[in-house]
Amino acid sequence: MDSGHLITIQHLKKHFAMGAGKFTALNGIDLTFDKGEFTGIIGPSGSGKTTLLNIIGSLDVPSEGKAIVMGKSVGDLGAREAAMLRKTKLGFIFQSYNLLQVHTVYENVEFPLLLLGIDAATRKQMVKDALEWVGLTDKTSSRPAQLSGGECQRVAIARAMVKKPEIVLADEPTANLDAANSHHILQTMEKLNHEFRTTFIFATHDEKVIGYIRRKIFLEDGKVAKDELITKS
Amino acid sequence: MIRFLFKGLIRDKHRSLLPLIVVALGVMLTVVFHSWLTGVISDSIEYNARFTTGHVKVMTMAYADNLDQMPNDLALLNADSLTVALKKQFPGMEWVERIHFAGLVDVPDRSGETRAQGNTIGFGIDLFTPGSAEIDRMNIRKSVVEGRLPKQNGEILISNELASDMKLKPGDTISLISSTMYGEMAIYNFTVAGTVVFGTSFLDRGTIIADIADVRQALNMEGASGEILGLSQKGYFDKNEATEIAAAFNRNYNKPADEFSPVMKTLMEQNNLGALVDYSSVILTVLVAVFLLAMSIVLWNAGLLGGLRRYGEFGMRLAIGEEKGHVYKTMIYESLLIGTFGSLAGVALGMVFAWYFQHYGLNLKGMMQNATIIMPTVFKARITPVTWFIGFIPGILSTLIGTMLSGIGIYKRQTAQLFKELEA
Ligand SMILES: Nc1ncnc2c1ncn2[C@@H]1O[C@H](COP(=O)(O)OP(=O)(O)OP(=O)(O)O)[C@@H](O)[C@H]1O
Ligand SMILES: [Mg+2]
Repeated sequence: MDSGHLITIQHLKKHFAMGAGKFTALNGIDLTFDKGEFTGIIGPSGSGKTTLLNIIGSLDVPSEGKAIVMGKSVGDLGAREAAMLRKTKLGFIFQSYNLLQVHTVYENVEFPLLLLGIDAATRKQMVKDALEWVGLTDKTSSRPAQLSGGECQRVAIARAMVKKPEIVLADEPTANLDAANSHHILQTMEKLNHEFRTTFIFATHDEKVIGYIRRKIFLEDGKVAKDELITKS
Repeated sequence: MIRFLFKGLIRDKHRSLLPLIVVALGVMLTVVFHSWLTGVISDSIEYNARFTTGHVKVMTMAYADNLDQMPNDLALLNADSLTVALKKQFPGMEWVERIHFAGLVDVPDRSGETRAQGNTIGFGIDLFTPGSAEIDRMNIRKSVVEGRLPKQNGEILISNELASDMKLKPGDTISLISSTMYGEMAIYNFTVAGTVVFGTSFLDRGTIIADIADVRQALNMEGASGEILGLSQKGYFDKNEATEIAAAFNRNYNKPADEFSPVMKTLMEQNNLGALVDYSSVILTVLVAVFLLAMSIVLWNAGLLGGLRRYGEFGMRLAIGEEKGHVYKTMIYESLLIGTFGSLAGVALGMVFAWYFQHYGLNLKGMMQNATIIMPTVFKARITPVTWFIGFIPGILSTLIGTMLSGIGIYKRQTAQLFKELEA
């Protein structure tokens, strides 16, 4: 079943219970993603972007079809294995940052490493590196409330990247940011994508994001409407 | 990880303050009530011990079987030498001889005819030996309401109630009519030195207190005593100590075939006090259980509210790859930290109050007027080794139970659902 792709999605459908009947959010998706992609899933509100991202992120399971992420079939994973996949291979970036408010920038970035059981000295170095990538070395002991939205999202990027995951899933990462900050974090992610060959998959309808991505997957009513590669000079 | 949780707890007042206050208050109340009930119950036991039962009591077997009748014809003949032996063998206890007797008080008029008569129950105790603790043991000094303490042989104290019924004043003479150890009629004259009120109707109806030497003379009991009381030097009833001493004594002295051989009974085996002692541990257990339950319910609800606030955090942590079980476990760790610190604070606070009540007590004299059992009127707390840790039981268990119940929500919710809530 391993097709050699980083992610393989076959005939994927997702239904949600809706009163007596069901609502189909994803209606037969076939896609593959490879290492190092910088891809956007684009579509209007309600088209199923978040649902697709959640299934790739093993936070949800397919109703029909398959989603195979790094050789693992998401629908067949137990809760433990799914958590293990997220912990070791995946990073998440959310629209609303979702930082731990009572913890410092440093502690927020350190948290995934605590879960991985990495020793203190290594942890320290890794957090320092991650904060350097996003340019926040001078804010290590600040709390999220003391940061701007752009800075918060950079902390979130550092938190997603600190363990150098294979795949980063970013759901509307720029939705709460102004233009300057949006460009800043997109450049940061582009840089990391180049440097570590980390696969980035965005769910977005933000034109600014669309300007950076190298593959556009258009989603409409739970179906792939268009899938195009952009070759830049 | 623990350090991480600890920081979160300290910085997030919502997460820590309310549960801490609940735990500290609950633990404090547990400690106060526990020490207070312990004090009240053990004071009641102690009161009985000092007046009638001792912590242990030596009698002849026959006397013990007919205790209510105060059968001095069945008294210990060699009581003096037995007391000496007891003092030597069990120095952890104070040993005192007593004669408990029933009789009539007869008040003659000027011509020698009976003017008034009343039933009495008498205590023959050591009033005059220098260093005798009996007067203070029975709190007699503070109980005298008219006249004074006896100063010499032939002088007695009498219940104020009996004295006023028979129109007796300090200085008056009475005759005690009773029976000697050999079953003959005994008549003996005493002078009333003073009247007493103990504050317990059991003792205030018709008690006389005389020196044991006078009672021996009156009842023809040279060298004999009805009872030898043993009272622990510790100042309170220690069940194990009393049981061990009684067992050791009975092995040596008690001959089951001889009804005149001495037998030692602990306080538990007298006056139904065993039931009170056992009952007291039930009451204390119920007390702790009630606080445990109440605190658990409050903390459960506090945990539910706190958990709602944190669904976003939990969703994020699950997304990062933490397992649900681990999230749940960290909540339990947090609750243990809160339980421990809350309990420490509660014990500290509770001890302050317990100490206050131990020293000053709560005077319930008004409420105790009609009591028919022997009970003290000032209710004092007692701090025992148990007081120090009893609060931790509801303190830690309630946070644990509260968190376990409120945390079930995490399990019930789908991971994707928790994750959704963080998008909102
Ligand atoms: N748990 C759920 N139960 C029922 N319906 C759901 C659930 N999750 C999503 N949906 C529905 O599925 C459809 C796709 O939702 P999804 O969140 O994937 O859209 P989206 O493309 O991310 O939209 P947006 O741009 O607004 O974030 C929507 O119509 C939504 O109402
Ligand atoms: Mg969405």
